[in-house]
Amino acid sequence: MSGGRGTVGHPQPAARPAFAWRHAVLRLVVLLVALGAWQWGARARGSVYFPPPSRIALRAQELWFSGPARHAFLSAAGIGDVLPSLGRMAAGFGIAAVGGIAAGVLVGRSAWAYALCNPVLQFARAVPPPALVPVFVVVFAFGAPMQIASIAFSAVWPVLINTAEGVRATDPLRLDVAAVLRLNPFERLRFLLLPSALPHIFAGLRLSLSLSLILMVFSELLPGTANGIGFTLTDAQSRSDLLTVWAALLLLGVLGHLLNTALLAVERRMTGRRRPT
Amino acid sequence: MTLRLDALGQRYGDHPVLHDITLTVPDGQLLCVVGPSGCGKSTLLRTVAGLQPAREGTITLDDAPVTGVPDHLAVVFQDYGRSLFPWLTVRDNVALPLRRRGLARAARRAEADRILERVGLDGTARRHPWQLSGGMQQRVAIARALVCRPSLLLMDEPFGSLDAQTREDLEDLLLEVHRTDATTIVFVTHDIDESVYVGDRVVVLSPGPASRVVLDLPVELPGKRDQIGTRRLPEFVALRSEVGRVVRGA
Amino acid sequence: MKRRQELALGGLGVLLAFGACEAVGRAGIVRRGYLPPASEVLARAVELAGDSAFITGIVATLRAWALGLGLAIVLAVPLGLLLGSVPIVDSAVRVIVEFLRPLPSVALIPLVSLLLGTGTETKVALIVYASVWPILLNTIHGLGETDPLAKDTLRAFGFGRLSVLLRVELPATAPFIAAGVRISAAIALILAVATEILSGFGEGLGIFMAQASLATDGTRDVLAGVLWAGTIGLTVNSVLVRAERRLFPWTPDRRAAA
Repeated sequence: MSGGRGTVGHPQPAARPAFAWRHAVLRLVVLLVALGAWQWGARARGSVYFPPPSRIALRAQELWFSGPARHAFLSAAGIGDVLPSLGRMAAGFGIAAVGGIAAGVLVGRSAWAYALCNPVLQFARAVPPPALVPVFVVVFAFGAPMQIASIAFSAVWPVLINTAEGVRATDPLRLDVAAVLRLNPFERLRFLLLPSALPHIFAGLRLSLSLSLILMVFSELLPGTANGIGFTLTDAQSRSDLLTVWAALLLLGVLGHLLNTALLAVERRMTGRRRPT
Repeated sequence: MTLRLDALGQRYGDHPVLHDITLTVPDGQLLCVVGPSGCGKSTLLRTVAGLQPAREGTITLDDAPVTGVPDHLAVVFQDYGRSLFPWLTVRDNVALPLRRRGLARAARRAEADRILERVGLDGTARRHPWQLSGGMQQRVAIARALVCRPSLLLMDEPFGSLDAQTREDLEDLLLEVHRTDATTIVFVTHDIDESVYVGDRVVVLSPGPASRVVLDLPVELPGKRDQIGTRRLPEFVALRSEVGRVVRGA
Repeated sequence: MKRRQELALGGLGVLLAFGACEAVGRAGIVRRGYLPPASEVLARAVELAGDSAFITGIVATLRAWALGLGLAIVLAVPLGLLLGSVPIVDSAVRVIVEFLRPLPSVALIPLVSLLLGTGTETKVALIVYASVWPILLNTIHGLGETDPLAKDTLRAFGFGRLSVLLRVELPATAPFIAAGVRISAAIALILAVATEILSGFGEGLGIFMAQASLATDGTRDVLAGVLWAGTIGLTVNSVLVRAERRLFPWTPDRRAAA
């Protein structure tokens, strides 16, 4: 079963320079045309539900990035909402990544452990994560521990399962080589198991990152939260302040894009020096 | 290092693979094991390497029984593409076994570079295995095997997937290494010519199941071996025909 | 390891996990009312199977899920085929895709609720939005993996572009599309439950859980709901995996490899 491996976002093969350049221009043009059409359409219609992008960007800027330079231009709301959200997400994702990789190696190393844990793991992954949040609300009450626990508990399964599958897929000949070279367990982990499972691990991490973002927002959307981007969203929703809703979506989109790109960059750096298969 | 197999037997479940193999490989000998494919040559090697326990009989190295992977042992596998670690550079691949010896990082690197030069790979240390040709990759694997100065070297059809020219070069490299280091070597191959050319002694296994030794032949060839002259010697031709006859008839 | 041994070990693992949860519940590490033992949760989950209101909720959730996933397939597959076979359109649209996809889909719940209210339309719209991406991207990726020889062969016999698309590329892409659908099925379930939990009224599995979490000692019901949610997720996934294996036996598991 490799259910968790399938994921979106296949890295694009590098195109030839001239070709790539033309595509970059095309992409920029398309983006500008799309934004222009939206701007023009929104102004023409004057609908409160679809404000023009210029106003959305402006609202985002005044909400979060109008602060002084010594705070990296973050405003009070930027410091009070964006940073706590990101902090909780980083904590939850970090716990999930470290715990998932460690547990995945343990489970994947032994056929017995894998057979023992597999059904439970498959079930844990199959639970739609938002369903667990009410449980954590009951156990931890509202607040950062509940949110971090929700994120970590939702994001850990894809990493864990993919790491276990990656470790299981280690070439048996290479395990023989490690035995003949008499590598100790730590060396075997460092020089064989982890590098060979790395593509699987990153496939899991990418899934976990999107789940972390979803859970970050979701746990803040619940009534009872005091801050965060999700809180900004519900707060604006209750006041029917659509401009702020759109601005928060813009911020989340940009954050999601940046985080995905960062993870991809780390992946390229760590797996770049192996044979492209 | 003297390797002794005594009534060695091996099986997978109910399926017998090796039966009653008794052999003594004296210190410094290069023994070639020949047999048709599927006769259990690789199983024999894996058992000697301690990668799977013997079901029957015993293996001893200098009178010490083999129970796990013994010290001072190195193995070269046929599939260099899989046996090398693609995420490590050539130098790091070769230096990997030296970690056991507790050498400092710089010393490990120097030692790896020295051995790389010896197998004719100077200048490749910082590249990755998959950037090299097949023959060069197998040289890396040989360097990794030699770097710890093993007293017993096992080779499982090491040149089986190389082209003829590369293969001859590597055969000569092996002979040179054997001449200088006097390591005990067990060399498994299905190539009859190769076994007679590199071996001090050739052992033929019967086809499976339950392979056993059907021929045990010392190889005595005059002079230093070379690819063109040696293969034309009447002694070489006679030995090759004898081995060939047994392999086919067995 | 033999299949029987694997099953036995897996069963043992489930029992151990169950026992651990039971012990945590009974030991009172967390206050008893907070975390009921596993046996009580299981009993409650079984009991709910006979509760017609609960079953109506499950059916409502599944209906929205199926509708949203179906619409996503109908939208994403043709679009993916178009984008995948016309590179210029692909690179033009991809920039928009890349800006929309990283947005965590649950963040759209407030906006869509303002636009469409808190009924089924909201749920379905959000499910469609979130489920479109994996199917779309897998379709495009799958088209890129088509054997060029097969295409050229058909072209050489004088078949047109559309004909090649339908006869060679669509069948070759089908396994990728199926893998995308399987991923989207899980995402659709996430969105269905998330929307329901937030909307708080109406009917559905998420609504049942949201209401239970507010009740005193409602944790048992919440956990019973989690058990149901997991069972549904697991069933959907294994049905789809099995269907993929039966329909496309020639493709190895890496068809959805990222």
